[in-house]
Amino acid sequence: MDIDALNAARAPKRIEDETHAIVVKDLDLYYGQKQALKKVTMNIAKKKATAFIGPSGCGKSTLLRCFNRMNDLVDGCRVEGQLKLEGKNIYDKDVDISALRRNVGMVFQKPNPFPKSIYENVAYGMRLAGISKKSVLDETVEWALKGAALWEEVKDRLDDSALGLSGGQQQRLVIARAVAIKPQVLLMDEPCSALDPISTLKVEELINELKKEFTIVIVTHNMQQAARVSDYTAFMYVGDLIEFGNTDKLFTRPEKKQTEDYITGKYG
Amino acid sequence: MTTPTYKSHISSAFNAELEDVRQRVLAMGGLVEQQIADASRAIKESDVELAEQVIKGDEKVNTLEVSIDDECSRILARRQPTASDLRLVYAVIKTITDLERMGDEAEKIAHMAVDLGRDQDHKGGPLPEIHHMARHVSQLVRDALDAFARMDAESALAVAQEDINIDREYEALLRQCITFMMEDPRTIRRVMDIIWSVRSLERIGDHARNIAEYVIYFVKGKDVRHISLDEMAREVRGEDA
Repeated sequence: MDIDALNAARAPKRIEDETHAIVVKDLDLYYGQKQALKKVTMNIAKKKATAFIGPSGCGKSTLLRCFNRMNDLVDGCRVEGQLKLEGKNIYDKDVDISALRRNVGMVFQKPNPFPKSIYENVAYGMRLAGISKKSVLDETVEWALKGAALWEEVKDRLDDSALGLSGGQQQRLVIARAVAIKPQVLLMDEPCSALDPISTLKVEELINELKKEFTIVIVTHNMQQAARVSDYTAFMYVGDLIEFGNTDKLFTRPEKKQTEDYITGKYG
Repeated sequence: MTTPTYKSHISSAFNAELEDVRQRVLAMGGLVEQQIADASRAIKESDVELAEQVIKGDEKVNTLEVSIDDECSRILARRQPTASDLRLVYAVIKTITDLERMGDEAEKIAHMAVDLGRDQDHKGGPLPEIHHMARHVSQLVRDALDAFARMDAESALAVAQEDINIDREYEALLRQCITFMMEDPRTIRRVMDIIWSVRSLERIGDHARNIAEYVIYFVKGKDVRHISLDEMAREVRGEDA
């Protein structure tokens, strides 16, 4: 074994050296009078997993929802600054929001399968996009379910209702539904908070696989989960991005005292 | 207790990290083994050049220790290992400290080899005997690493038992050195160097035994430090005391 190569391999990667899928610059967000995000500037690495951690109300979910303009649905919500996806500011007036959301998929805290068959859940997005050819649908449904590590468990009952699946299976099903339309970015808002530890590990392993093809951004209350699944971690606190960098480094040698206190459980 | 496995986590990244760290320990062990063999050959053959190479090579051992330590703290922070995973990481951290110290002892032997090799006015001393002991010690180190590689508590126990013989050989060599010095006091300086080398070899044997103890700790979950060999054997075989 080459000793020098062994030693060289482990230098932690820096966000600056990555290709950036999303570039956020001076992003302010207000809910009415209240400012929820303060001049957030960060780059999201392409085909890597980025985690947002921080206490409740720190703005991590708000920031995540900016990435596919889910905040547009909130009354009185105002966004200033730039948020570029592959070079295009998604807050420009000419942006087609439906197209944006096809490109930036989302998985929520609680699995929300449609009251349809397993097959139709996954095929739903493609049908919306106008794909109706059976062979294409079959192929993609199988690909997405395999990608979501669910295929083996459901391949013999694709026509059964999705509501009959367990919570962990439902969550993997909605992940399959999200990846079936091949978005560039997959947003995950607390994807494991309703799952048991083993299902959680399965979803985490899935994230590890998915990031070979997609850029993943995950919000989690569980910082151990952030440590396990992400390449980069952002720590937020009342609307400020306090620290953002390589996960290895953030969890072993954080630079800011606030980060240190939070991840070691001294916050308060 | 069945032999623990670290290869069947749901997280494939975790499996890969543990396998990687294990491979690095074995690579470090192989390097240290080579350092010991080269240092003792340098003494036996009065090969100053080879000895200098060993002195330089210790730097690589040190770098490996640092990088494996770093990897382990990463794993602790990111995976929060428990049970046998925790014992594995813990055993690795302890093992590389002992390997690094073995490397230091090999370096000391190499320094003595330089001194002895440059001293052309005097010859002699129990050099072949040192080489014999060095081979014995190298074998012990290899056995300890084998036990680590296979996570085999029985062979780890055998390493701990064999270390007793190294200690006996050490005492015999010391007596021989004393005889040399009594017969001809002009050899004292030279024989002192030889004694330091023998002492280093004996220490390397102790470090090998420590590694064997960590292997038993990992496999059996039992701390067998500072107990008699009989008690250790009972712990490994799961017999009641």
